[in-house]
Formats: sequence, structure tokens, C-alpha cells
Amino acid sequence: MKPKLPDARGHFGRFGGRFVPETLMAPLIELERAWSAAKRDRPFQQRLAGLLRDYAGRPTPLYHAARLSEQCGGARIYLKREDLCHTGAHKINNVLGQALLAARMKKGRLIAETGAGQHGVATATAAALLGLECDVYMGAEDVERQALNVFRMRLLGARVISVESGSRTLKDAINEALRDWVTNVRTTYYLLGSALGPHPYPMMVRDLHAVIGQETRRQTRGVLRRLPDVLVACVGGGSNAIGLFHPFIGDRRVRIIGVEPGGEGIATGRHGASMSAGAVGVLHGCMSYLLQSDDGQIATAHSISAGLDYPGVGPEHAYYRDAGRFEFVSITDAEALEGFEALTRLEGIMPALESAHAVAYAMRLAKTLPRSKAIVVGLSGRGDKDVHVVAKALGKAIG
Amino acid sequence: MTSRLDATFARLRDRGERALVPYFTAGDPSLADTRRLVVEAARRGADVIELGVPFSDPLADGPVIQRAAMRALAAGTTLPRLLETVAALRAEVSVPLVLLTYYNPVLAFGLAAFARAAVRAGVDGVIVADLPPEEADPLAREAEAAGLDLIHLVAPTSTPERVRLIARRSHGFIYVVALTGVTGERQELPPDLAAQIRTLRRVTTKPVCVGFGISTPAQVAAVGGLADGAVVGSAIVRLVEERAGSPSLVDDVGAFIAELKAPLRKGA
Ligand SMILES: Cc1ncc(COP(=O)(O)O)c(C=O)c1O
Repeated sequence: MKPKLPDARGHFGRFGGRFVPETLMAPLIELERAWSAAKRDRPFQQRLAGLLRDYAGRPTPLYHAARLSEQCGGARIYLKREDLCHTGAHKINNVLGQALLAARMKKGRLIAETGAGQHGVATATAAALLGLECDVYMGAEDVERQALNVFRMRLLGARVISVESGSRTLKDAINEALRDWVTNVRTTYYLLGSALGPHPYPMMVRDLHAVIGQETRRQTRGVLRRLPDVLVACVGGGSNAIGLFHPFIGDRRVRIIGVEPGGEGIATGRHGASMSAGAVGVLHGCMSYLLQSDDGQIATAHSISAGLDYPGVGPEHAYYRDAGRFEFVSITDAEALEGFEALTRLEGIMPALESAHAVAYAMRLAKTLPRSKAIVVGLSGRGDKDVHVVAKALGKAIG
Repeated sequence: MTSRLDATFARLRDRGERALVPYFTAGDPSLADTRRLVVEAARRGADVIELGVPFSDPLADGPVIQRAAMRALAAGTTLPRLLETVAALRAEVSVPLVLLTYYNPVLAFGLAAFARAAVRAGVDGVIVADLPPEEADPLAREAEAAGLDLIHLVAPTSTPERVRLIARRSHGFIYVVALTGVTGERQELPPDLAAQIRTLRRVTTKPVCVGFGISTPAQVAAVGGLADGAVVGSAIVRLVEERAGSPSLVDDVGAFIAELKAPLRKGA
């Protein structure tokens, strides 16, 4: 059972689609055509594969976190090391593909939104590599909590535009990027950073990250002589998760679990768990689960990790949730910090706070499973960018 | 049954007149003010009035209308309360009223419930900024059943194929987005506007109204030479913002609307 999704109109069942102002419709159709042509173009694919290997550092290792597993005393935990990618997160997989596509479409300017700053840094990096102009929209609150990445983007030659509207986080950065794109669509490529937005973005971003899951299949076959029992990844918009999950959807024996940000706890209302606490609606061009009020106003998400601080989730995740194929759970800020500390102390790997959500859930789950079981955690990024936030949360000063 | 919008445009055409379509963000600064503004606008020459449903994430709007939406939401405006205001207004004015909204508040209300409640309150049409015809079938079905005109937009980037699709699907009138961008005041009308409208006229006889960036009587006059109506949004909303809380709010907005309508009257 592996339905061909999305359909021709970009729908994953009732989810996805293209809910955008008319101004963007023709450009989105053009983008969809350009992407399907690029997918079939050998030189394009070879150039991308070359960059993923020599520039981004793929394949990334699958690492058996033995001490972490031992500490939990149950299933073995493996880490898919996207944190070792160039620029420090999985984001580069998608960015290299789309930046090459932008150049192929003869667009001289990239725009992007960013939450944690990882997607912004990756986009600024690709812009430097390909000689493209680059503007990155970032919520004002995220500019403050991810100052290191803001400076990295500027060093790379990008302009970082601080967004003061709304909740001053990722959601508002996407609004502003879409407003820019509506205005400059003829010359500008919108390099969306997660598996959401109007068609073809959820499909294209998923295709570009599917390399994570494809490598994981090969690597687990080598190490375990079989497929893993469980996959766990954090879900902001859902790009690292769909990249890891997608190649396994047809393997019914593999449990697939997405971890949403529980913030201060679902009961407090201060969280970003759209699957657990949201309702179906339309935001940023697609239909999916959203945090919203009864009268359809989008709610503000809360998470210690800027990259998960989003009130929605990609439409493909919504589809597989309703189909019963993906499970969704949530991990609070405090639990994510525990995951961060455990992985740092036991393995010498400092995860991004986003990824720490997946680590924390995998640790909890491992305890309930026998040693014979293998869990693969998508370790989507490294934690350097979060050291400030962690210090503050632990009540410590840096230096 | 011809809709109130059809009848209005037919009457204006007979008279050789063009429609002035002012836009207000409903609930800015309060729904009580919106009610007074609509009554005054109708009295001073508005032919159709657009009421914006405030939304938390207005991605097709520039800063002026974004701020208005935030004020309206902060004042507690919701779609059900807006419809109550429309129902109350219907005792005072017969001018066609069109809601301009994003899709999510309508989805949350329920498509069938929305279409019925809107018509019952006296709403004539609805424009959904982020609902292209490809995604509009579910709402179009309910709107048609309830007798609500679903108005679609064409943009400067619309291909000829899309222009035909939109012209066919749009009811009441066709909304021409004059520029590639978000709502907001602009110094100049786009140079290719006349060509854009000519392309549209070749495939439809439905009334055509032009909006986005039109903010002065001179610009309205120029649009009047090309289309059946001119929509003025941000310039009015900015005036409401400036005069909010002042006793002259309604008079000043009314005077501006009279100025905007003047070049659209017969023989102007
Ligand atoms: C390291 C890392 N992981 C995860 C995410 C969340 O995004 P997504 O759900 O698209 O993977 C981000 C986003 O900024 C990130 O930087």
C-alpha cells in the first residue's frame, strides 16, 4: 500500500492543496512544472547528488548510541546524524535542491523564512555558493533567541529582516515572506524551508529530504540485517520527519512516530502540538491540522525551540495521521532539555533543541521495549545555536 | 432571481455610471463604528461596500489593513458578531454588501452554515483572498445553494487560461487585482492595467471592479475610464485609523467617499 501522493492538484486526501492569492497561482504551477522537469533531468540530478556528497557531507552516519541506550535499559537507540551535515542541520538537503532549481529557473534572488535560523543559514549558504541574492525573514523573537544564526547569515552575505507582526515567530516570518513573494514573484524564488505551504512545496521538500530515509534503510539493512522497529523524529513543519519516514511508509512493521513540541504542557495551552490539540484548517497555502480558536483565528504556538514554534504541520503528516500510519506524541520544553543534557553527557553529542524532543521521546520509548528492538532517531541538527537558550533555561550564565 | 449585485451593476450601466466600492475592515475600531461608517458611506455615494473579516494572518494585505485587522480582533470582532452587525444594518441600508475574508474563518464557521447565515443577515457576496477557483468547489456549491455570490479575483500574473476560468466562475462581479503585490496605497496605477482589463473584457460581459493600490480621486477617475467599478481600501482604512476615537470620524470618512465617487458619476 503506497498511494501516489499528492494527487495532481497537490492534495493528500483532504489535506494540502493550493490556498493562495490568485497572484501566486500561475507561479506555483510554473514551479511545479520546473520541479518535475528537473527531477527527470540527469545533469541536474547529478549536480545535486554531487553537492550532497562533496559539499553537504552525505551520506550522514547512522550511529549506535550505546551509552544512551544502556542508560535507558531497553531498545537500542540509533541516531541518524543530520547534525553532521554542512551548516549543522538537515535543512541543507532541501536548500541545495531548491537553490539549484532557482538558478535553473533563472531567478536571481532567493527569499526564505526561518525559525531556528537553520533554514536561513542553509539558504544563505546556498546563495553564497551559487552567487544569488538572499533575503531571510525571521520573527523578531527568534532573532533574539537565535542570535548566533542571525550573525552567521549576515556573514554569508544575506539580509536578515526582523518581522515584528503577530507572534513575532516563524508563522509571521512565513506571512512576510509570502507578501514579498506576491510582490516580487517574477524575479524571486521563494525557498520554503519545511514540508508545508502550497503545492508543490510539501511534495518537493519531501522529495529532497527523502534521502534521509533512503540512507537509513540501507544503513539499517547493513547494521541490523533488517529494517528498524521504530522511527522517531521531531515535527515542526515536518521536513526532517517526512524525509526520514517517507521511504518506510509501505513497511507496515515499522512504527513511525512524530514528536511535537509540548511547550509548557498541552493542558496549559502554551505548546505547538497541532496534531494533538489542533483542528483542520487552512494556513500558508495548505489544509492541515492547525492550532486555532473556535472562530478560525490562528493561535500562537509556544516552544523552547524556535524551529518547532509553529501552529501547523505539513499536510502529508496530517494525511498519514488520519490514515493511522503515523503516530504523534508530544514532549515538553523541560523534557526536551533533559534529552539535550542526556545526549550531551552520555554521548558527547549536543543536539539542537528541536532534535532533543525526538531524543527525549526515544529515551522514554526505549525503556518500554526489549533490547532486541531498534529505534532510529532523526537527529535533525546540532545544538550550538541553542547554547544560549539552554544556559538561560538552566539558570546559568555563559562563561 | 437576479442578485442585488447584478441589479446594482445593471442600473449603473444603464445610467452610464461607475461603481465606487469602499472597503472597511469590520470591527475597526469597533463594530458599532463600522455600522455608522457603512450607513454614511452608502449615503455619500458608495455603490457596493466591502467588509473585511479580520484574520490573524492576513498574508495578502499590506501594513495598513494588517493593523486594522489586529485592532478589530483586539476589539473582539468575530464572524458571527459581524453578521449580526450586517443584519442590523439591513434595516438602514439597501446597498450591496460583500465580505472580503480569508478562508480559515469561513471553514471554522462551516461552509454551509456560513453561506446560509450570510444570506440571512443580508450579505450579497463573498470574496475569499486565498481561495482560487481550483479549491473553491465546496464553498461555491454552498454559496450557490444559499444565493450568495462568490466573487473571484484575477491578477496580473493570471494566464489567459486562468482569466477564462475565473471569469466563468465569478458571480456578482470580477475583482481585478491591479498590481503584483499586497494591498496598500500606491503613487501610480500600473501601466498595463488597461491591457489587463481588455484581456478580461474579451472573455466576459460580467461587471469588472479594480482594486489594490487605488487611493486617490484621480486614480479612481482613471479606473472609471476602464472598468465598472473602483475598490478603495487602504486609503479609507488609514483615514479610519487616523480619526478613530475622534467625533469627526464618520463625517471625514463620508467626505472622502463623496470625493472618490464624484469622478464616477455620469458626465463627470
Ligand atoms: C535542527 C532542526 N530540526 C527540526 C526543525 C523543524 O523543522 P522540520 O519539522 O521542518 O524538520 C528545525 C527547524 O528550524 C531545525 O532547525
